[in-house]
Amino acid sequence: MINIFRFYNPKKGTFLYLLVLIAAFSLLWTAIVRYGLAAILYDNDEYIKFLIHSMSIRFAMALLITGCVALFSTVWYTQEEYKENEQRKRDAEKLARDAELFNLRQQLQPHFLFNSLNSISALAGSQPQQARKMIQQLSDFLRGTLRKDDQQQISWEEELKYLHLYLEIEKVRFGHRLTTEIVSGPETTNLQLPALLLQPVVENAIKFGLYDTTEAITISIIATIENNQLIIKVQNPFDPETSRPGTGTRFGLSSVQRRLYLLYGRSGLLETAVNNNIFTTIIKIPQA
Amino acid sequence: MTKVLIIDDEPLARMIVKEYISKHPDITLLQECQDGFEGMKAIQQLQPDLIFLDIQMPKINGFEMLELLDQPPAVIFTTAFDEYAIKAFESHAIDYLLKPFSQERFDKAVSKWQEKQSQQTSKGATEALLNTMSQAPTQQQRVVVKTGSKIKIIPVEDIYYLEASDDYVKIITKEGAFLKNKTMSHFESTLDKNLFVRSHRSFIVNIQQITRIDPYEKDNHIAQLKSGAQVPVSRTGYAKLKEVLGI
Repeated sequence: MINIFRFYNPKKGTFLYLLVLIAAFSLLWTAIVRYGLAAILYDNDEYIKFLIHSMSIRFAMALLITGCVALFSTVWYTQEEYKENEQRKRDAEKLARDAELFNLRQQLQPHFLFNSLNSISALAGSQPQQARKMIQQLSDFLRGTLRKDDQQQISWEEELKYLHLYLEIEKVRFGHRLTTEIVSGPETTNLQLPALLLQPVVENAIKFGLYDTTEAITISIIATIENNQLIIKVQNPFDPETSRPGTGTRFGLSSVQRRLYLLYGRSGLLETAVNNNIFTTIIKIPQA
Repeated sequence: MTKVLIIDDEPLARMIVKEYISKHPDITLLQECQDGFEGMKAIQQLQPDLIFLDIQMPKINGFEMLELLDQPPAVIFTTAFDEYAIKAFESHAIDYLLKPFSQERFDKAVSKWQEKQSQQTSKGATEALLNTMSQAPTQQQRVVVKTGSKIKIIPVEDIYYLEASDDYVKIITKEGAFLKNKTMSHFESTLDKNLFVRSHRSFIVNIQQITRIDPYEKDNHIAQLKSGAQVPVSRTGYAKLKEVLGI
């Protein structure tokens, strides 16, 4: 009985249906009792007579019992469903909040921000012109991260301008240790890609490159067009002895991969390759 | 006269500390170091009284560098941001300077050190700090050891097993055995619990290396490793292994 009502939670106005169901069930119950008992006790005339006389009372009892059970289970499952909905709502809210927080964190790496401010503070004493320039670059960079929304497509030229700001700041921070090389032909400038896609990839390359060796490093960014796809390669050196690209905390990359999947509904748009001491991240952006 | 070192990988970050130091005639800057290796060498050769140390640096970070020193000097950390570290070293470091910091804040840290120095506790404090740090709930990805004058960085996947050896822990890897001045419980708590199991009072084993577990005498077992080594497994160790391996 409880199971019958398990998947059926009456909304307002469907209680009539529930009543009919209860009545039908009670009728069936009474009928089974009536004919079942008559079949078993066919030779007891007195009992059969009593049975026929008491049919209305038996039916009322059946109605009462099924009604009670139905009421109980309806209340119970309504309660359960309510609780479940609440939980689902809480989960969904939490997910949305986490995603938002994650986005904010992605845009504003505290390490990057505070170290840049520290560099500016150092420059302010001896090279105020340089300090002013760096404040300008940092402001433009931050403005860029705040303005753009995740869904927006921008041209490769624009993304490159933005990357350039970022790289200039990092070069001031790390001095002679960081060199960058950008290879991008005129045929790629107008190709489209999701805004702010590449910065976490380059940041990852710099972090991996600079913290995995004590020598000076070069980060290369190479853009080409192939089969109507914008192909971007980001390369950084690493030490195969001490780091395991792919197994480590390449958190930045997995979020880029996820974003590409959500935007294009295809996997395999982000690949990584290891060649000698060079780690390459390859990103493919399908063009419309 | 106080002898100090600056250890930081960013040139401008070193520059500003240098500038702040120049306002203190009683402090001599011995050397600037741009990574942990240079830092270690300079500390051993020059014996500074105090170091200004960044945490995030190439190859080995500030904490790993301190771990490798037999007698770490007093430390003032200079760092931009470190989620868990700040809490942990709040109680033990002389001070920590969050970048960017002012001359006033720097002066305060220095006077803090001068106060502590008169109490002669600064060196013990660095050791206490390292102990606190090792209890931070971070999973160790690698172990840094010193072999002679060389520094070896061992990714945890390369470790076969660890064995207690007096005051040290012997780390057995594919490239041989290394000693580290730590306790078994330190490794038990910092290594990934799904990968490393304390199979015995004196042994921690990398479960990916296990090929077979055989019974051995009463109540005990012995684990056969891919390398051919055998690691004893106690009764409680066997229960832990069974749980992690899901058998």
